[in-house]
Amino acid sequence: MTVIDNHEAIGQEGVRLSEASARDFFELLKPRVMSLVVFTGLAGMVMAPGHINPFLGFIAILCIAVGAGASGALNMWYDADIDAVMTRTATRPIPAGKILPQEALAFGLVLSAFSVCILGLVINWLSAGLLAFTIFFYAVIYTMWLKRSTPQNIVIGGAAGAFPPMIGWACVTNGVSIESIILFLITFLWTPAHFWALALFKMRDYGAVGVPMLPNVSGEATTKTQIVIYACLTAIIGVVPTIAGFASMAYGAFGTALGLGFIWYSIGVYRMPEGDERMLPAKKLFAFSILYLFAIFSALMIDHLVTTLWLTAGKVA
Amino acid sequence: MDLVTLTPAQKKSRRGRNIALGVVLFGLVVLFYVVTLIKFSNGMVQ
Repeated sequence: MTVIDNHEAIGQEGVRLSEASARDFFELLKPRVMSLVVFTGLAGMVMAPGHINPFLGFIAILCIAVGAGASGALNMWYDADIDAVMTRTATRPIPAGKILPQEALAFGLVLSAFSVCILGLVINWLSAGLLAFTIFFYAVIYTMWLKRSTPQNIVIGGAAGAFPPMIGWACVTNGVSIESIILFLITFLWTPAHFWALALFKMRDYGAVGVPMLPNVSGEATTKTQIVIYACLTAIIGVVPTIAGFASMAYGAFGTALGLGFIWYSIGVYRMPEGDERMLPAKKLFAFSILYLFAIFSALMIDHLVTTLWLTAGKVA
Repeated sequence: MDLVTLTPAQKKSRRGRNIALGVVLFGLVVLFYVVTLIKFSNGMVQ
């Protein structure tokens, strides 16, 4: 039995007691997005010059993941109205009726505060400040402002998803350098082509809820051109680590091949007939873009580890 | 004071949430304990 006092959860239909499971709350954290954030944050940490205690490094990654998840929960709280209409998001915990919006808000705020404070206390306050800014940028600048007001929403808002490697770098060095800005730019310039590919085959969904995505506002032709432009920019920034001298020629060759693949798939989208119902090239580009980001950051980490081992072996010999 | 009886589904979900909270709290205790040890040992080395 449970004691109930005067509470807003008690409505005309009786007591509203939650049936939300721990899994539902985990779903609020957008685990798939979180995995990308963890991965790029880890890449920034691995590539940074210097050393971090492995356990502290683990906590840093955990804080980055929880902070990213918290911003996801805040996004779901604010966007619950449009999530309920779109097929892709209608089964999320709030529109599905499993979690109340105010529960998601409290969950997001508490996790934001915890992740930032623990990162600051355990690692350093620069990385904590960057994490706090990332959460603010995603929840307020992107979700509350840009998303519903401009078709350039994901171009600017994409910065939120691009910060993790910079935070990972700052965790080790307690600073921001040109290398970490290049890592930031890889995800930042990758985001528009990735999201607009999705927006093309989910155009009707976004149109139904009035979110001004580029295909709905400027049309398919403009979106396809923009996708090719951003794919080219992504391919260029993908090889900059070699040009800037913090990745090897082997990475440069691999990055070039991946970049050419990205451009190839974007040209496939460009050549897609207007009004194509299946949008197969857009779906292929979307799938490849996810592979691209994982592959490019994996290659950067492997390249850095191999180079470090090589240099260490050389010194010993 | 009113009392309500929870349904089996509500009891099950509440139990799940309580276990998850317990695990998180225990994890935080371990985390702060190990971090303190690491910070202390670093201080002693310096």
